[in-house]
Amino acid sequence: MAGAVVPSRVVLEVADLSLWYGTSRALSQVSLEIPEKQVTAFIGPSGCGKSTLLRCFNRLNDLIDEVRIEGDILHEGESIYRPEVDVNSLRKRVGMVFQKSNPFPKSIYENVAYGCRIHGIKKKVDLDDIVEKSLTSAALWTEVKDRLHASALGLSGGQQQRLCIARAIAIEPEVMLLDEPCSALDPVATAKIEDLIHQLKESYTIVIVTHNMQQAARVSDQTAFMYLGELIETGDTRDIFTTPKNRQTEDYITGRFG
Amino acid sequence: MRPKPHINRHYDGLLEELRRRVLEMGGFVEKQIADAIHALVERDSKEAELVIERDHIVNRMDVEIDEMCLNLLALHQPAARDLRFITTAMKINADLERAGDMAENICERAMELGQEPQLKPYVDLPRMARMAQEMLRDSLNSFVREDVELALKVCRDDDAVDALLEQIFRELISYMVEDPASISRAMRIIFVSKYLERVSDHATNIAEMVVFMVKGKSIRHLGEPPQEL
Repeated sequence: MAGAVVPSRVVLEVADLSLWYGTSRALSQVSLEIPEKQVTAFIGPSGCGKSTLLRCFNRLNDLIDEVRIEGDILHEGESIYRPEVDVNSLRKRVGMVFQKSNPFPKSIYENVAYGCRIHGIKKKVDLDDIVEKSLTSAALWTEVKDRLHASALGLSGGQQQRLCIARAIAIEPEVMLLDEPCSALDPVATAKIEDLIHQLKESYTIVIVTHNMQQAARVSDQTAFMYLGELIETGDTRDIFTTPKNRQTEDYITGRFG
Repeated sequence: MRPKPHINRHYDGLLEELRRRVLEMGGFVEKQIADAIHALVERDSKEAELVIERDHIVNRMDVEIDEMCLNLLALHQPAARDLRFITTAMKINADLERAGDMAENICERAMELGQEPQLKPYVDLPRMARMAQEMLRDSLNSFVREDVELALKVCRDDDAVDALLEQIFRELISYMVEDPASISRAMRIIFVSKYLERVSDHATNIAEMVVFMVKGKSIRHLGEPPQEL
């Protein structure tokens, strides 16, 4: 297709990954490349494994008992599942924003500065700088600059979600994982987040899980369709939404599934 | 293979309705062209007038189909095959409307020609009209049946119509050279043959869009229809 995505460096590579919760298999031999500074969207019906796959990228599934994994995920060519990998430093490089915004019950400023303090940045001027930059990047600065020390819980849902994005940005991750970031937001707040995603991909690699197919179409460069734990089809978003190759993909995106 | 129905059955009904309306318009335009050529050959000005009058029906169908397509795009956010179907229907609609205009133009020339003695018996022109009509019918059938082979046949048939246009053109040039008094009539007949050639071009456009709709591949502006896809 004309103007196809320029091949870009692979940041994360999923290699033949399978995952079980106890005896039930949630992912089956998924292989996929996540290109740098692009938006990759995972779509598929509930229970297809898209959130599970997303949570593998920062080993969030480690927190769940009875999870068993086969295959691998390579970050910059190295397995993130090696025993010596420091999960905290992995999660610093691969940040995450969840479906329900979850600001800390602290001030707006502290929400953004918190991660930096943990990672050893103490000086106020440095923190001030990071807070302003992160909130600006998250398109929230102008709305909150006069009340940085007010509670984050007083923000609207959309603002809270952008605050969570600012908090993730503050520690300068390479990859941002967004798990249904707009599902609890109204259309205006959703549009702001979508606009933000377009800006963020200049600096970050973004992987987004969404139930909203039109959102995937609007924001992503690459779309992966999953069903029953399998990766059915992945490709340029424009191709997936105009001329998907796989019948199941087509049935899903045209609303014929089920 | 027919696709599965949508979860939203109402949407299926709307898409089916669109398919039906495009087909109905195609049938109407095809009849307009047949009637126009009949009016020309039979030198029947009354029939020519009726065809011209009926063009507003084609125009109304054009507006209604366009509106249906816009509503489907706006309200249902179609993707993949549905998106290709709706955008193809929109383009077919535009081509059919133009083909309908050709019938109107043929009738205008027929009425002018009716006021002068007949230059020559019409042999090639009705043949050309049949070919153009058949191409139009085949292109619409290929749309309804999602039949790529039939669509490619329409694209190939276009050459025969072009060849016939060339032949008619040369023949009438010779009339004009022999007898300058025939020029106005010969020119009008050349116009009619050009209109018919335009109809076959519209049919070809429709067929090319059907290939895109079914295969997701554009074969437009290639010069030659591809042997295989």
